[in-house]
Parts: sequence; C-alpha cells; structure tokens
Amino acid sequence: MELPFIELLTWDNIWALVIIVLKVMAITLPLFGCVAYLTLAERKVIGYMQLRIGPNQVGPKGLGQPLADVVKMMFKEFIIPSDASKVPFIIAPMMVLIPALMAWAVIPFDEGAVLADINLGVLYLLAVSSLGVYGVLIAGWASNSKYPFLGAVRSGAQMVSYEVSMGLTIMTVILLAGSMNLSEIVEAQRGMWYMIPLFPMFIVFIISILAETNRAPFDLPEGEAELVAGFHSEYAGMGFALFFLGEYANMILMSAITAIIFMGGWLPPVSTPLLNAVPGFFWFSLKVAFILFVFLWARATLPRFRYDQLMRLGWKIFLPFTLLWLVVVASSMHIFGLVN
Amino acid sequence: MKKLWQNLRQFLLLDMVAGFAVTLKNFFSPKFTINYPLERTPTSPRFRGEHALRRYPNGEERCIACKLCEAICPAQAIVIEAEAREDGSRRTTRYDIDMVKCIYCGLCEEACPVDAIVEGPNFEFAAEDRKNLLYDKDKLLQNGDEFEIRIAERLMKDAPYR
Repeated sequence: MELPFIELLTWDNIWALVIIVLKVMAITLPLFGCVAYLTLAERKVIGYMQLRIGPNQVGPKGLGQPLADVVKMMFKEFIIPSDASKVPFIIAPMMVLIPALMAWAVIPFDEGAVLADINLGVLYLLAVSSLGVYGVLIAGWASNSKYPFLGAVRSGAQMVSYEVSMGLTIMTVILLAGSMNLSEIVEAQRGMWYMIPLFPMFIVFIISILAETNRAPFDLPEGEAELVAGFHSEYAGMGFALFFLGEYANMILMSAITAIIFMGGWLPPVSTPLLNAVPGFFWFSLKVAFILFVFLWARATLPRFRYDQLMRLGWKIFLPFTLLWLVVVASSMHIFGLVN
Repeated sequence: MKKLWQNLRQFLLLDMVAGFAVTLKNFFSPKFTINYPLERTPTSPRFRGEHALRRYPNGEERCIACKLCEAICPAQAIVIEAEAREDGSRRTTRYDIDMVKCIYCGLCEEACPVDAIVEGPNFEFAAEDRKNLLYDKDKLLQNGDEFEIRIAERLMKDAPYR
C-alpha cells in the first residue's frame, strides 16, 4: 500500500515543521503569561478605582498572585456532574481556548513579525473568533443544568448579534485600506491612524468587542445575580481555568485587533526619527495594553446591561449606524476619488 | 427640545464619559486600605473590648465581690461566688465571664465601684474552641496584668467626661 505522506517526510519539511512549532510556542507561551498577569492587572485596576489596593500579599506588591492562582486551579478537583454528557463537557473548555489562540497566527507584532502573513487575515480573524461561541454553547448544553443552559443561550445570541456590527465596522477599515492583509492595513495607516477619520466606528468597535468577549457591562452570560456563573457554573479546577484562559486570551486578541485596524499596529504615534527608533513591538504592546485598560476601566465603571437593552443596542442602534457609516465612507471615497 | 437633547446626550455617550471620568479620578486618588495585621485604625479610649480584672499597684486585686456587675449584666454572663479570706477581707472565689453570652455593653464597668472589672482595648481574642471563651478569674486577672498600662491610660483619658 502506498503511503503518500511518506514522501513529505523529508528533512527539509521536518525542519520547517519544527520551526513553525517553535514560532507557535514563542507566541502562545508569552500569551499565557500575559493572561496570568492580566488577571492580576484586572484586580489591581478595579481595586484602585474602588479606592482599594488589590492583592498585595503574594510576593512583592502581589506580583506572585497569578502563580498562586495557577497552582490553586491545578490542584482543584475537576468535577464532572453525574447528569452531564461527559465528552462534550470535557471538550467544551478546549473549544473556547483553542480559537482564541488560533487567531494569533495572523496578528502582526511588528513589521514582518507575523506567523502567517495571509491575504485574507481579517476574514480569518472573523471566522476564528466566532468559533469560540461553539465552546460556550456546548458547555451550557453538556452541563445539563438550568443556569449554564440559560447562560449559553444568552452568550450565543449576544456573540452572534455583535459580530454583525463588528464585521461592518471592519468593512469600513477594509474599504479605506483596500486590503484584507493585516500588515497592509497597518502600513496604510502610516499617514493617519484610522481611529481619527473613523472615530465613531472606533467607539462602536470598542463596545462591540466588549460584548463579543462577554465582558462587563455586557457580561450577561455569567450574570452572577441571576445565573450563578452562567455557562461555566458546573466547571471546577482546570476546566474552569481553561474558560478563564480563553476569556482573557480573547480579550487580549480583541485588543490586538483594535490596535492593528484602528491604532496603527506597530507604528509610532508620530513619525519622528526618535520614535521610529523604538521597536515596533513596543508600540504594539503599548496600544494593546491601553485597550486592555479600557476593558478593565469599563468593568469598574459601568453596571451590567439588561438583556433587552443589549439586544436593542446591537440590532437597533449599532447595525443601522454602522451600515449608514459604511455607505458614507464608501460614497465619500468615491466622491473624493480615493478608490484604490 | 428637551427630549432631543436627551437623545443627543445618550447618542454621544456623555453620561458614560462622565462615569469614566469619576473612576479615572478615583484610580489616582489615595487609597483607604489599611494593611490590617501590620497597620491598625486607632481605637477610642471608650472602646469596649476584652474584659480584664485589675489590681492595685501593691498587687492586691481590686474586686471586693459586691456582685453589682453580676446584677446589672443584661446578658447574665457573669457568675460570682465570694467568701471571706483568711485575713477577713471579702474576695471572690469564682469570677466567670461567658464571653459568648457577653454583649459588650460595658455596664459591668459602669457598675463597678472600685474600677476592678473593665473592658480593655484588646479585640483580638477569637478562639477556635468555645471552651476558650468561658473566662475564669485567673484568665481575667492575667488580662488585667497584661493590659494594665493601656487600661490605665484609657481610664485616665476618659475620666474627665464621667
């Protein structure tokens, strides 16, 4: 019997594979570190905004807190409820985390520093980021319990609704940049960040990514007042930790997307020789950190939306508004002859 | 017109901007947190904490077993038994306070004619076992010896207002 794969097993291919795996590691491992410290940053920032000081006991200034949390999570028992469907119950947390990590393949950290420089980067991002909702739905269904079920239903509806306005918002950026390649979108912002001409879209996008990642004030799927913890009520130990990782990895991902399509990715704020000398990765991280701060800031400031308000905002305000703005951008580009 | 203005405010997210400004201001303002076991808030001289039986400077215990505290205690947490000592003076043979029953009203201290029973400044006497909260005379006298300096200071500070 012929084995067609055998021919692919040349040393060159194996070497290429090893390089790719190393690159993937170089992206995901620091990402996990960022997630861990984002949880600490969240507790610190919210604490400071509530006139508290947040965790400060583990290590200097509380910097050991994420490690303590990780150890706690790992040693907790992973409980599978007796009525749950076991296989989907175990798979669901992975299905939340994996798309959040997959999407990083197309994110350019610096000029040329991207794992897969594909021409449909934006489309890939939209496709992968909407996969996460399956994990949430499966988790809610497999738990076989009323709160996770309701949480999953809400989450599904919410993520689908806000993807529409998110997609339309990104469409205006694609119109202006004339490309779906994320690196080219960043390069197109060399003159001016899209945040400035598309400021209303920027705000809509920020609000949409809050809803998309199920963060406050749109954290209805886990509204603890009515749904305990929403879709992950029945999870403990590592299962819960994976959901947690997924949520925070998604937050960082969405911040990175915002930084790339609206705030000029790795480009410095003003193109002067001094600022250009700073590595692009620094500017990129700074922008991502700023948007993450906005995430936490919003959580410390705003109360949770009611469910019907959430849907009204998504379908009756954002959808017509983004559609209108798309037409405005397209027609003004036509009038001023900016069509690429 | 008012309605229009309201809609405009909502549309421009002005209320939200105001809210964000408040949290940002708080982010930079000084924090109220006190690092409890390392830092403490000051306690008033009238603070009513753990009980103590005091002694005179010569080491003689103050309590004369008049049982006024036992009588006034609204929670009936105090039990006293008394007998004449060998030198003829009247002293307690038993002085128990059930710290679980006690409501820390301070009436025993008010009733005491010789300032023997007082409520001291200590409030960190939580115990893992209920038995350890049934104080007897030895424990109360020991408290008195331990906190005498602070008790005397607070009595002195509060004296002008009595």
